[in-house]
Amino acid sequence: MDTTAVPGLVAVVLVSLVTLAIGTWGLRFSRTTSDFFVASRTVRPRLNASAIGGEYLSAASFLGIAGLLLVGGAEMLWYPVGWTAGYLVLLVLVAAPLRRSGAYTLPDFAEARLGSRTVRAACSLFVVGVGWLYLLPQFEGAGITLHAAIGAPEWVGPVVVGGVVLANVTSGGMRSITFVQAFQYWLKLTALLIPAAVLLAVWWGDGRPGSGLGDGEWSVPVAGHAGDGGLGLYTTYSLIIALFLGTMGLPHVVVRFYTNPDGRAARRTTVVVLGFLGLFYLLPPVYAGLGRVYGGQLVSSGRSDVLVLELPRVMLEGAGGDVLTGLVTAGAFAAFLSTSSGLAIAVAGVLTQDVTTRLVGERDGVTAFRVAAVVAVVIPLVVALLVRNVGVAQSVGLAFAVAASTFCPLLVLGIWWRGLTDVGALAGLGAGGLGAGGAAVVTLGGYSPGGWAGALLGQPAAWSVPLAVVVMVTVSLATAGRAPAHARRFLVRLHTPESLAS
Amino acid sequence: MRNAGRWRRGHLGSDADRAAFRALHQASLAAPALQQGLTAASAERAVKHLRNLLGTPAMAITDTESVLAWDGVGGHHLDQAAVVGLLTIERGSTRTVDRGQLGCTTNGCPVRSGIASPLIVEGRVLGTVQAFAPTTTAGLVRATEEVAQWVSGQLELAELDAHRNRMIEAEVRALRAQISPHFVYNSLNAIASFVRTDPDRARDLLLEFADFTRYSFRRHGEFTTLAEELRSIERYLLLEQARFGDRLQVTLNVAPEVLPVVVPFLCIQPLVENAVRHGLEGVEQAGHLTINAHDRGHEAVIEVEDNGVGEDPEKVRRALAGDASLDSVGLGNVDARLRATFGDDYGLVVETAPGAGTKVIVRVPKFAPGVTVDRA
Repeated sequence: MDTTAVPGLVAVVLVSLVTLAIGTWGLRFSRTTSDFFVASRTVRPRLNASAIGGEYLSAASFLGIAGLLLVGGAEMLWYPVGWTAGYLVLLVLVAAPLRRSGAYTLPDFAEARLGSRTVRAACSLFVVGVGWLYLLPQFEGAGITLHAAIGAPEWVGPVVVGGVVLANVTSGGMRSITFVQAFQYWLKLTALLIPAAVLLAVWWGDGRPGSGLGDGEWSVPVAGHAGDGGLGLYTTYSLIIALFLGTMGLPHVVVRFYTNPDGRAARRTTVVVLGFLGLFYLLPPVYAGLGRVYGGQLVSSGRSDVLVLELPRVMLEGAGGDVLTGLVTAGAFAAFLSTSSGLAIAVAGVLTQDVTTRLVGERDGVTAFRVAAVVAVVIPLVVALLVRNVGVAQSVGLAFAVAASTFCPLLVLGIWWRGLTDVGALAGLGAGGLGAGGAAVVTLGGYSPGGWAGALLGQPAAWSVPLAVVVMVTVSLATAGRAPAHARRFLVRLHTPESLAS
Repeated sequence: MRNAGRWRRGHLGSDADRAAFRALHQASLAAPALQQGLTAASAERAVKHLRNLLGTPAMAITDTESVLAWDGVGGHHLDQAAVVGLLTIERGSTRTVDRGQLGCTTNGCPVRSGIASPLIVEGRVLGTVQAFAPTTTAGLVRATEEVAQWVSGQLELAELDAHRNRMIEAEVRALRAQISPHFVYNSLNAIASFVRTDPDRARDLLLEFADFTRYSFRRHGEFTTLAEELRSIERYLLLEQARFGDRLQVTLNVAPEVLPVVVPFLCIQPLVENAVRHGLEGVEQAGHLTINAHDRGHEAVIEVEDNGVGEDPEKVRRALAGDASLDSVGLGNVDARLRATFGDDYGLVVETAPGAGTKVIVRVPKFAPGVTVDRA
């Protein structure tokens, strides 16, 4: 264990140090008058897109997908497809108007659009809920990684990542800066791309074994079997709905759009994000395919989650394998750190605005933020230590389902429909949130009946999203008199292109 | 049935109570329109509620010139209402017009007599409220007078609001005017000194100067983005550096994430001007100016720091309280506008002591309801 732990340990320490270094010096570019105009240059779409990618590509993307594909086959491809296509929906329906609304967080948007503090409070509640649900798998993934890389007990990973994130966030939220997050994207891409290229070369050298790859159920992109009464089809469609519509409701993604100078830049950023994610998600299937050829013992011992970490050693002996292992470990660790800090900052921001500032007192903003950050990190950390082995991708899927059932109707109707009222929004948020959120809590609690009941609870999006939309529209129509007076003007502002407005 | 009726009456009060509720409700419906001031649009929206309040067949609101709105039957009396309005304004108190004066020949027209009561705000007559009915009673005269007084009260509120807005606008204008004279003179002199020795630089500086004045003298818009404000500050500093040369050193440290934040127009620039003035006044060594803008999650923090002579904290406190006799006029103004925009938690923080330089800290939330850059 001693020698095999070295590459992982080196990688983890290096990633932490490099990230901290960039965080420190990236911000402290001292500019003198000679390059003045550099200073007021806003963040370019490509840099911002890298940052979004860095924050968005989580442990589930980096580790989870390859393992799921290895075990579940082509039906699991819907995860990467959905995580990418979510940005397409975001691009078409939400990106530019959301930026033009001037909102920084989702509760800000609700308040600006509906003029209601109550809806704002409800949104804050769901931001915290979605954030925690999404933090859980990050911590869990960290446990798996450190266990595989250096043989640490499974509780070490969550505690280490939680501690690092907390230290970084409370010391001033430095890690939210665009440079660091952009660096994380390229690190993750490199950490997955180079080993994949090397391993493919090895596979080629071995005479391309595994010609039976395309056989049987493994290559069918729908869950379940023929004759299960459409259960598999339901699960697949529900997953697609959750992932396609949930992206726009992720708190740490939405705040990044504020960095764009205007709606046009927000759209451009989203297009570039689509490209970056598409590129990244080509790689996990490569690992899964190679794992199917070389990693049989991982499946049989139930350790498919660590496929990406183990595959280099399985395929390559000696120093080569060690270096590649170090690289993928670094990428995985970067994935936990960036996504967790992004989420922790987003959740802590909302908690600061709506909760702790009132408790600590208005004047002391820093203390309020620190208290909020501790709450934001510690609660999901404790839950992650108590609730084990839900499956990284499974709990990410639930976070998406809750986001899709609450914020997607609010954003889409709020941006495209004048008739939305505060009562309607509240009712819709309640229906979708209780539906999907309840299902998530039950599933995380370990209750999973078979058959349809299990499918409806495990993948709630297919019923909870339409439910939320129908409730929101119906109640809004019933309370049409409460539609805010400024709705028409507000929508004109959201939809007026910058080229016309200035 | 009877039980239900009794419960209802008990719940909503006696008939008199209900009449009072109805009256108050009608008044509250008319209030928002009237608080916009006395215009054709606001009178149009308010007049039907006022007519419901009095229960007369027709009602009119006039300003000092003409009829702004007429509600109810008998629209052919419009011209007469204008005349009655003028007569009432002339007299300055309520008057009635009878059947003979209205002289209506239309059959069944209920507008046989009318009461006109003036709308008086701060001693000036702004217009009249006129109620028309088949006959005038003492009760109706009294009611019309009360309605006119209530409307006057609402208009007074509108006036106050307009006053406040005018005052803020005047302050921004004053701020714009305050920048100009010395700075314009000094900048042009500095540019002139380069015209022969370094014509290219002179040209560049002149263009910067043009852009700077264009931004500072901009007429519309209460808000701008931090990026725009900083861009203007950069131009200002370039011009000051042309004048002071190496005596003015500037360090700018801006997190790009906070550039889209919306801030009140000219809320940082006066602070920078103060810092340049204080940083170079009575100091032998070079003045060093630092401008930092950090991202703090849901807030942006902007710091303007100089290493100049500093200031007595007590004087700064008085400047922030609005004592205009002091040197730092901009400080109190910026503080007041930040508080008016974002609430009292977002006032200026000034760290200073004699001989220790000055640091001014501005905190701005990334989002505040109603605070957007109007691009109109």
